[in-house]
Amino acid sequence: MKFDRDTRRKLFSHVVSVACLLCVGIAIIPLGSILYESVLKGIVVINWSFFTENQPLPCNPQFQSGCQFGGIFNSIEGTLLLIGISAAIALPLGILGGIYLSEFGRHRFGDSLRFFADVLTGVPSIVVGIVVFSLFFLLAQQGLIPTNYTLSVLSAGVALSFIMIPIVARTCEEALALVPNSTREAALALGVPKWKAVTSIVLSTGRSAVMTGALLAIARATGETAPLIILDAGSQFSFQPSAGLHQPTSSLPFSIYNWVQSAYPNWIADAWGATLVLVVLMLGISVAARLALRNKYGEGGVV
Amino acid sequence: MDESGTLVASPPRSAKLQVEGLSAYYGSKQVIQDLSIDFDDKSVTAIIGPSGCGKSTFIRCLNRIHETVPRARATGRVLLDGEDVYTIDPVRVRRRVGMVFQKPNPFPTMSIYGNVASGLRLNGVRKPALVQERVIRSLKQAAMWDEVKEHLDAPGVSLSGGQQQRLCIARALAVEPEVLLMDEPCSALDPIATSKIEDLIFDLKRDYAVIIVTHNMQQAARVADKTAFLYLGKLIEYGDTKEIFERPKVKLTESYITGRFG
Repeated sequence: MKFDRDTRRKLFSHVVSVACLLCVGIAIIPLGSILYESVLKGIVVINWSFFTENQPLPCNPQFQSGCQFGGIFNSIEGTLLLIGISAAIALPLGILGGIYLSEFGRHRFGDSLRFFADVLTGVPSIVVGIVVFSLFFLLAQQGLIPTNYTLSVLSAGVALSFIMIPIVARTCEEALALVPNSTREAALALGVPKWKAVTSIVLSTGRSAVMTGALLAIARATGETAPLIILDAGSQFSFQPSAGLHQPTSSLPFSIYNWVQSAYPNWIADAWGATLVLVVLMLGISVAARLALRNKYGEGGVV
Repeated sequence: MDESGTLVASPPRSAKLQVEGLSAYYGSKQVIQDLSIDFDDKSVTAIIGPSGCGKSTFIRCLNRIHETVPRARATGRVLLDGEDVYTIDPVRVRRRVGMVFQKPNPFPTMSIYGNVASGLRLNGVRKPALVQERVIRSLKQAAMWDEVKEHLDAPGVSLSGGQQQRLCIARALAVEPEVLLMDEPCSALDPIATSKIEDLIFDLKRDYAVIIVTHNMQQAARVADKTAFLYLGKLIEYGDTKEIFERPKVKLTESYITGRFG
């Protein structure tokens, strides 16, 4: 068969678009299968008591009777605590760092900071876990902090914050870079000191994008597992507020990791339930991040 | 002349702003060359000249906003009531020398009220009654009170371009400056909005020294008492607007005004 040039071009264009569509399809298969599998296997154990009860004792129905599915209350609690601790450290530091990079760091020192932040974003999280472990261990050795903080929800929260800080700082910087210079000049021309112009005008103009970056960093920390395996390796009990932040806690990712490699059917079933909850939680944070971008004043704001 | 058309003795003109030997640079590129000029109080001075002649850079030196651009700097003296602004804290200078920019730039996250109040609030004026009084007065001065008084809570960016620019003027006036710099304030506006701003400029000169950069020569002729012609960063000619437009002394000014280049 022989085609003229136009037909050939059109045909080629169609072939390429179909190929692209196919690639996209293949790329989202893993996502689809994660959702499918976790919903299918997770939904079985999910009921109200799954959220209100602590984790069950391991139990194998072949040898024992009266196996309980228990719940993930203590894991959710631990995850929320970890998010709280890491966000409380990482958001102020990251946002201030982003402000510095965007508003004051337009020179060589700022460039190197930017480079190090990017490198830090790529550091494997297990390495961050080891670094924080060593840090707490050495501080405890010097008598600066009690020894029992080394393996605790606090040290794990610190490790997660180390992972979040560069993400928050860089996304905050990029968000503020989108704020038009004319807005900065308008504020400065009113006789407003630069720090005030930045913190009240520039930051509020870019706030929705800053918020998105913060939420995405939180989502990242929520699913992070490696530092928890080292620092906060689970507890079968609820958090005891009176015992302070040096107790270990459970968390969703760690519980999944712990349960799924066990030989107990009730734990494995719970691992799927926890997976579904974690996936939905991450999805929820991502949706919240998207919604944060739609600010009150529509097109006037900066996305 | 007053309203009845009789001649009244004009009060003695005093120089509000005296520029002495000002040079401005971006990096190593010099854009203003040793420029000296005096601006009268309570009058409008237009600065005209072809694109790229340094008009904007020049007025940006007067409130020291030029130096906020990386690698930009200026030398020379700018005397505000006899005091060199380059020896005062730039933040204090900008409170006394307000500025309106080429493109309307209301703060996107703020309401109409919030935009006008922003300068006061950020400068630490806490009394709501005082803020409200100044906001209302500034909006009236900017001739837009009647248009916006019903919806002060609406976002500033919901206004039309011309209204946004008058909002920016009101915002600049709210901090009670002594000098108002305007950098081509009508270049993004349609003729009706432009004529409203021009009427406004005419009213403003009762209270302020207004310095307006414009590439529109008719506009300079309409609003300005005095006109300065800049070319390649140098002051070519400066005088009463009528003189500049009808009997320019320098050949270059004449060629520009008659449209032979620019």
